Amino acid sequence: MAEATLRTLPLDKARVLHWLQRYGVYAGVAALLVVNTVITPYFLTVENFRTQAVQVAPVIIVALGMALVIGTEGVDLSVGAVMALAASVTALYLGYGLLPALLAVALFAAGVGLAGGALVAFVGVQPIVATLALMVGGRGLALVLLPQLKDLRNPALASLGSGDLLGFPYLILIAAALALLLGFVMRRTTFGRQLLAIGDSRPAAQLAGLPVRRVLITVYVVSALLAAVAGVLATARLQASDPTSLGNLMELSAITAVVVGGTPLTGGRVNIAGTVAGAVLIQLLTATLIKHDLPPSWTQIAQAIVIVAAVYAARGRGKR
Amino acid sequence: MTTASIEPPQDTHPVGPARHERLSALVQQHGALAVLLIVSLVASLSFDSFATGDNISNMATSSAFLAIVALGMTFVIITGGVDLSVGSLFALGGVLAAWGSRHGTLVALLLPLAVCGLIGVVNGLLIARSRLAPFIVTLAAMLGARGLMLALTDEGADTYLIGKGSFLAELGQGTTLGLGNPVWITLALFVAGAVVLRRTRFGQHVYAVGGNEDAAALMGAPVARTKILVYALSGLLAGLAGALNAAWLASGVTILGSGMELDAISAVVIGGTLLTGGLGYVSGSLVGVLLLKVIQNVINQIGSLDSSYQQVVSGAFLAVVVIAQTWLGRRRQLM
Repeated sequence: MAEATLRTLPLDKARVLHWLQRYGVYAGVAALLVVNTVITPYFLTVENFRTQAVQVAPVIIVALGMALVIGTEGVDLSVGAVMALAASVTALYLGYGLLPALLAVALFAAGVGLAGGALVAFVGVQPIVATLALMVGGRGLALVLLPQLKDLRNPALASLGSGDLLGFPYLILIAAALALLLGFVMRRTTFGRQLLAIGDSRPAAQLAGLPVRRVLITVYVVSALLAAVAGVLATARLQASDPTSLGNLMELSAITAVVVGGTPLTGGRVNIAGTVAGAVLIQLLTATLIKHDLPPSWTQIAQAIVIVAAVYAARGRGKR
Repeated sequence: MTTASIEPPQDTHPVGPARHERLSALVQQHGALAVLLIVSLVASLSFDSFATGDNISNMATSSAFLAIVALGMTFVIITGGVDLSVGSLFALGGVLAAWGSRHGTLVALLLPLAVCGLIGVVNGLLIARSRLAPFIVTLAAMLGARGLMLALTDEGADTYLIGKGSFLAELGQGTTLGLGNPVWITLALFVAGAVVLRRTRFGQHVYAVGGNEDAAALMGAPVARTKILVYALSGLLAGLAGALNAAWLASGVTILGSGMELDAISAVVIGGTLLTGGLGYVSGSLVGVLLLKVIQNVINQIGSLDSSYQQVVSGAFLAVVVIAQTWLGRRRQLM
C-alpha cells in the first residue's frame, strides 16, 4: 500500500526502468562483448567462442527447464542432483550400449520429476521443500549407485560430447534446438498458455477448469528430463561419470540465468530468450574475470551483485 | 481439494473436530520427539556402541553447531522466510575467528559476529525494505559470503590455525561436567531463544508477521524491523556457530558449511515449524537436529552401508514429514 506514493515517478525514469527490465540482459551481454573485444587478447577467435558456448550449453539446458518451473511460481532445487543421477545411471547402463543407457537415464529422471510434481500438485507441498527433499535424496541415490568417479570409454558417448556438425559442437546444437522448441511451446501451444495461467493464479486456473495438476507434473518432469540431458552431455564431455561433483550448485546457476533473464520469481511469465541470454551473461562475466586473473572468489561476489541487481530491477514488474 | 472445501462441514459430532485438532497439533509439535525416542531406543538395543557415553557426547558436540544455525533458521522460517546464506556464513565465521585469533580472543569472537551479523542485516534490509524474495536475496548472500571467505583465504589455500591453550580453543574443545562446552552454549542459546520467542514482544511480532503480514502491519506490528532483526539474528548465530566450530577444530576450515542450509531447513521443518510461517517451536528444531544426527550415527554404525545412504534416508524422511504436515494442516483448515 505504501508503494502508491512511491509509484508516481517521473515518466522517463519509469520508462528507463521498464527498458532495463526488458532489454537489460541483452545490453549486459552486448556491453561485455564490446569490453572484451577491447581489453581481452584473443577474445574474437572462433576457438574462444566455441569454448564459451560449450561451457554454457549445459547451464542453458537446465535453465530452460527452470524457467518453466519458475513460470508456475515454483522452483526446482533438484536439477543438480538429477544431473549427478544421470551421470551415475549412464555409467551403470553404458555396458548395454548408449541408447539403453539413455533410456534408463530418462526413466530415472522422469521418476524424480514425477515425485516432485506429485508432491507439489497433489499433496500441495511448497515447491522449494519438495525439490529440496529430492535434491538431498537424489544426490544420495546417485552416490549409492556409483560411489566414485568412473572413466567411461564409449566411442558413441565420446562423439556426443566432443563431436561436431559443420563446425558446431553437438552440445551447442542440442541446447539451441531445445531453446527453440521450448520457445515454441511457450508461445504457440495450449500447454504454454495453461502453464502461464497457473503461474499467474493457481486458484483462478483451477476454477477456469484447467488441468492444473497435469500441467504442474508435466513441468517438473520436463525440468528433470532437461537436467538429465545436461547431465549426460556433461558426462559425455568429461568422458567420465562424476556423481560427487557434477551438477553441484547447478540449481543456483540455472535460477540466476532465469532471474537475470527477466523471468519474475512470482510466476505467470516466462522469458525463454532472456533465460538463454542470462546464462550467456553469467558465463561471459565469469570468463572475463578469469581471463584477467581475478580469482574465483571475485567471480562469486560479482555474480551475487548481478543477481541482486537483476531482482531489484524486476521487482516493480512482479507485483502486477 | 476444491470439492472438499466447497462442501459445508458435515461433521455432526461436536467433540470430533476438537479432538482431531488437538491430536494433529500434538503430532505436529511432538511427532519428531516420538520418532527420535523410538529411533534412539531401537539403535541402543541394536548396537552396543550406540548408547555409550563417548558416542553420546560426540553426537551432542557435533550436533551443537548445526543446532545453533537451526535456531536462527527457526526464527526466519516462522516469519515465512528462508535463509540460504547460513552455510556460507558458517564457513566465513570459522575462517574469520581463526584469522582473528592471532589478534586476541576478543577480535576472534567479535569479528565473525560483526561481519556475519552485518550480512544478515543487509539480507534483512533487501527483504524487508526493498521487498525482494528472501529466497533469492539469501541465495545471492550465500554466493557473496563464500566469495568473501575464499578471498580471505587466498582461494581456500590458506588455513588459519587457532593456538592451543587460548581461551577460544578452551571454549571449543573444553568440557564441563562431561559435556563439551559448545553443547552447554547451545543449550543456553535455545533456552534464551525459547524465552524470546514465547515471552517477549519481539517474539509475538515474529509469529504475527509469519501468520499474516498485512494483518500484522495493520495491527501496528513493526513488520520491517522484525524481519531485519530476524535475518540479523540468523546471520549472527551462523557466524557464532562457525566460530565455535573453528575453535573446536582448532582451525578455520574453508570447505565446511556447504549444504548446511539444507540440513538446517530440514531440521526446522522436521521439528514441526511450518514453512508457510506463523507456527513453530524452538524446541522442535533441536529435536530435528538430533534426529538427523542420530540417523547419521546409526548409518555409520551399520558398517556395510555407505554414508551416502544417509542422504537418501534424510531426503525421504523430509518428504514424509512435509507430506504429514501438509495433510495435518489441511485437516485443520477444513474444520
